[in-house]
Amino acid sequence: MPIIEVKNLTKKFDDFVAVDNISFSVEKGEIFAFLGPNGAGKTTTIKMLTTLLEPTEGEVKINNFDLKKERDDVRRSFGIVFQDPSLDDDLTAYENMNFHGVLYGESKANRVKRIEELMKLVDLWDRRDDYVKNFSGGMKRRLEIARSLIHTPKIIFLDEPTVGLDPQTRNHIWSYVVDLSKKEGVTVFLTTHYMEEAEKMADKVVIIDHGKIISSGTPEQLKKNSGVSSLEEAFLKLTGNAIRSDEAGSMDSLRTHAKMWGRRR
Amino acid sequence: MNTVYILWLRQLKKYIRSTPRIIGSLGQPLLFLLVFGFGFGSIFQKAGEGSYIQFLVPGIVAMAVVFTAIFGGIELIWDRQFGFLKETMVAPVSRFNIMLGRTIGGATVSVIQGIAVLLISFLVGFKMSHPLMIFPAIVFMFLTAFFFTALGTSIASQLTDMQAFPIIMNFLVMPLFFLSGSIFPLDAAPAALRFLSKIDPLSYGIDGLRYVFEGISNLNPWIDVLVLFAFSLVVFLIGRFLFEKMEA
Repeated sequence: MPIIEVKNLTKKFDDFVAVDNISFSVEKGEIFAFLGPNGAGKTTTIKMLTTLLEPTEGEVKINNFDLKKERDDVRRSFGIVFQDPSLDDDLTAYENMNFHGVLYGESKANRVKRIEELMKLVDLWDRRDDYVKNFSGGMKRRLEIARSLIHTPKIIFLDEPTVGLDPQTRNHIWSYVVDLSKKEGVTVFLTTHYMEEAEKMADKVVIIDHGKIISSGTPEQLKKNSGVSSLEEAFLKLTGNAIRSDEAGSMDSLRTHAKMWGRRR
Repeated sequence: MNTVYILWLRQLKKYIRSTPRIIGSLGQPLLFLLVFGFGFGSIFQKAGEGSYIQFLVPGIVAMAVVFTAIFGGIELIWDRQFGFLKETMVAPVSRFNIMLGRTIGGATVSVIQGIAVLLISFLVGFKMSHPLMIFPAIVFMFLTAFFFTALGTSIASQLTDMQAFPIIMNFLVMPLFFLSGSIFPLDAAPAALRFLSKIDPLSYGIDGLRYVFEGISNLNPWIDVLVLFAFSLVVFLIGRFLFEKMEA
């Protein structure tokens, strides 16, 4: 019984088809890599799977709950680390963790226990009373990973969790993730641009481009099918060498604005 | 209920920790209080209207409340752009509770800000009819704050960045403020202005505050409460609808 089952999932924005009729499934306990160039539809898919975006068409079951009809059960089933940071900088690390625990309806006793356990696991327990704004990018990421696990989810979504981090931190983060997935038996659904990470970590890989799945299988199978020696080569062979446009725009301009306003929030 | 509480607590903590914001948002009401208060005081008195400070303070208290409240609502944009909103939107919590927690939080902060301005205005000679009237005053401040926080949240749910913020301030908040009879009496104003002031929710907040502070008002204070409550409910329900449709 797969823990994530996606059938004919489609998302249209006006005329633009961001995700085009994709189907795949993720087995329980698996580390699943969802790869693709910028703008391929990865984040849109994750947004749909995590109830942030309404699918135009298709059926999704997460932990055996229907995405449309059993939203809150679906939401309780997963934890997520977003591509962009999603911590409150004006709160302490512990307050961010506690906020999450309360939102997910964890009892006080459970919160206290889980938060300590997880913060120790990501080596942030000593910094628990520091404001998040004083954390480095890597520390924030670790905190987000710990936070996403407070409610003991069955699945954890990691949307480019290592982007912009140095190799040391990246290695650390992945070793935490592998550790956690073993210790907690969590299914990991990840996206990344670092192909060697996916090759090393993933049990199964799906490659998406222009909203469509163009290949799937174990990293070994993908390399074999493309007749190359690394996943990166296989990826380039499948998706071509052309550079994709990145999504920027309003986000960047707002960040500038926020700086001008001295980030009064 | 826990989720509403934690969202409320978050707003409060963020407010208390941000000293520049507290000082910054006290600045404008104080400027108005001093400049208008001392600038127009003698003219007002000569026109036979009595003490201008007594007239002005309820309006300035309301100003502090309204500006803080609308900003508290607009903060949603920041939460969205800096990602924190997503954290609340993927949680197994109803959108209604998120909206409620945010709105009550923003309203509470605004009331604190209003009380701060009130305390300062005692220094320039403002007198309340009775110290215990602070409690009904808090009710009026809270209802006004609730309305404007919900209004700010509704607007913010439809915006993607802060570019529109000056437009909202200049074309919505400032007119509502001036039309409410906050800094000058509207009894002798043209009919059109008087009509506009009647559909301005802030008029009822200020009328109520004048009643509890000084015992003078145009309407029965219970009518003020009722009208404010109705406005708040309507804008909250609209906001809730928009909030549900919003994409994080």
